Amino acid sequence: MTKKSPATKNTEATARDARQAPINAKLGADEKIQFYRDMVRIRRFEERCLRSYQQGKIGGFLHLYIGQESVAVGCCSVMGDNDHLITAYRDHGHALGVGMGMNELMAENFGKYTGCSKGKGGSMHYFDPSRHYWGGHGIVGGQVPLGVGLAYGLKYKGIKGACLTFMGDGAVNQGAVHESYNLAALMDLPVVFIIENNGYSMGTSQELSSAGASLAGRAEGYGMNWAIVENGYDVYAVRDQVSAALKLAHDQSKPSVLEIRTYRYRGHSVADPDSTYRDKTEIEEYKRTKDPIIYYQTALLAEGVLTEDIIKKIDESARAEVETSAQFAEHSPYPTMEDVKKDVYWEVDNPQDKKSTGCLFFD
Amino acid sequence: MPVITYREALRAAMAEELDRDPNVVIMGEEVGQFHGAYKVTEGLLAKYGPRRIVDTPISEAGFIGMGIGGAMLGLRPVMELMFFSFYSVAFDQIFNNAANIRYMSGGLINCPIVIRGPANGGTNVGATHSHTPESIAAYHPGIKVVVPSTPYDAKGLLKSAIRDNDPVMFMENTLLYGESGEVPDGEYLVPLGSAKVMREGGDISIIGHGRAIQMALKSADLLKEKHNLNAEIIDLRSIRPLDVETVLASVRKTSRVLLVEEAKPFCSVSAMLACIIQEKAFDYLDAPIRRVTSVDAPAIYSAPLEKEQLPTPQKIFDAALAVLK
Ligand SMILES: Cc1ncc(C[n+]2csc(CCOP(=O)(O)OP(=O)(O)O)c2C)c(N)n1
Ligand SMILES: [Mg+2]
Repeated sequence: MTKKSPATKNTEATARDARQAPINAKLGADEKIQFYRDMVRIRRFEERCLRSYQQGKIGGFLHLYIGQESVAVGCCSVMGDNDHLITAYRDHGHALGVGMGMNELMAENFGKYTGCSKGKGGSMHYFDPSRHYWGGHGIVGGQVPLGVGLAYGLKYKGIKGACLTFMGDGAVNQGAVHESYNLAALMDLPVVFIIENNGYSMGTSQELSSAGASLAGRAEGYGMNWAIVENGYDVYAVRDQVSAALKLAHDQSKPSVLEIRTYRYRGHSVADPDSTYRDKTEIEEYKRTKDPIIYYQTALLAEGVLTEDIIKKIDESARAEVETSAQFAEHSPYPTMEDVKKDVYWEVDNPQDKKSTGCLFFD
Repeated sequence: MPVITYREALRAAMAEELDRDPNVVIMGEEVGQFHGAYKVTEGLLAKYGPRRIVDTPISEAGFIGMGIGGAMLGLRPVMELMFFSFYSVAFDQIFNNAANIRYMSGGLINCPIVIRGPANGGTNVGATHSHTPESIAAYHPGIKVVVPSTPYDAKGLLKSAIRDNDPVMFMENTLLYGESGEVPDGEYLVPLGSAKVMREGGDISIIGHGRAIQMALKSADLLKEKHNLNAEIIDLRSIRPLDVETVLASVRKTSRVLLVEEAKPFCSVSAMLACIIQEKAFDYLDAPIRRVTSVDAPAIYSAPLEKEQLPTPQKIFDAALAVLK
């Protein structure tokens, strides 16, 4: 982690070994293994999605999270009972991270009625408010004000929670993001803005899209705390920093910005040829030295927490789970034409409480 | 005549206008180094350089507004929205600034900007990416709206739009980018505000724009084949200015009208047309005007349902028969 601003006193977490950080030091073997399992499950899920896309079972946009697993798993693992999360369209990892089931996610990608959004939203628009998971949003930057609003709602209701509000390194240039920063800082809202900096927005490198020395450092203009997690591939480091930012939100109702450095292995979406703007060697190098799963696996093997046998079992069960989800999705029904006009208006779906009169739909 | 794709036609229009007028600049997300998300601007950066082909960050309100400001000073920016759906991020810039600047300055300022990109559903990308805002744009006096359905029109209309001294919202269609058609080499223009009779017929007028016209042509084949009926197909091509005369001439000829469009039905282009037709040609009508639009709900993701939510040749065929009953 790099700590930057003298003006903005950041989290306690400085350049210590993330594994020794209290949030990680107290972990038992089971919890550590669970994070590993969660990362493997995300990766296998994504690989299966890719295959289903290639088979024509999934259409439209499919933005894979492969390479970034430590971010979602690290962040979700430190969320408390009253914490919330909202993200953009690269949303599969976070959904699995908060505990949504593979079946409902895969079915959503297939456009099936059993999907988490009944096949209405697709891969970019997962939702599960019961797990404090508020999407899944397709418009770059559009979710960021919502994250501020969720934090506002928590504060208003006197709930000691926070909203993790994710965005990409490309999204930081949307006006809505800057307006959100100002609102959150001005009103002391318990929000943690998390920039998942994977180096690229579609085919544009971060250097070509953003002015200034640092993305997270823009927080300074708003008097917000900020920090950069350089080694976002390390789930311990992510946990360390995010828990500190959450603590700031919980204890002092202060917003902050965390930039987590990460990397996506696949093209922007499955349809992106991914051959024009970066070198294959760049991808290979990252995979070889910083792959979040291998990195953590190595650490846990060294710690004596994982064994080759457990690794194998986790992989097998993840593969079985994704396969089951693909079968589930395959055999689920599509929504019907009648469903198309449902879930548009609350009143129409709850006729017993309908108060307005007049025509809501037109031919 | 050479056969090229809709995408190539758009690219050719931009290249010719870049050659012709040093004030033309192309701007948008990924238009340069990445060649455009849908490859419409492919090769332009290499030919014209970064001064004229400008990659922007993901800041629609900012860069569209910047284009409007440049246009006020006499540039002719051609702005790409990766999806037209993202126009809403720049709504204030387009509808407060571009639309009103001429009026509010008492005619001292004009704004020759083109905002172009794909505005369509049917690609399985969900509600946020499937907006068809022709009527929303055309609602605003000061804004012009153009929707080409063929490669020929794509080129001729885009060149006219770039030379136009008012803001033009130019709505394309990702499902048409790969479609081919005859496009002559060299210079020609299709003026804004002229509809095109795509097929002549005396039994019914089917009027619309965009991809719905391609569907209407298929339905016309079916009507001929199955019922020996001759549908006249009118492609509006331009929504504002609107070629009211060509529409009315067809209505007077056939006395039966079916309006088709991909947008939602409420306050849509077809709703406006129905009003104009009954006002100006009521006595010619032998049957109520009917419409085929998208089913009135946000665009569903699920592929088979999305297809059914949109107009289809079958729906247009059925509706035409209902008008003719
Ligand atoms: C308002 C808006 N503009 C453009 C797009 C098209 N688009 C989708 S993702 C994307 C790149 C975003 O990159 P980043 O924020 O870095 O997130 P990442 O894809 O790397 O996760 C773009 C330009 C969009 N969906 N919404
Ligand atoms: Mg990115």
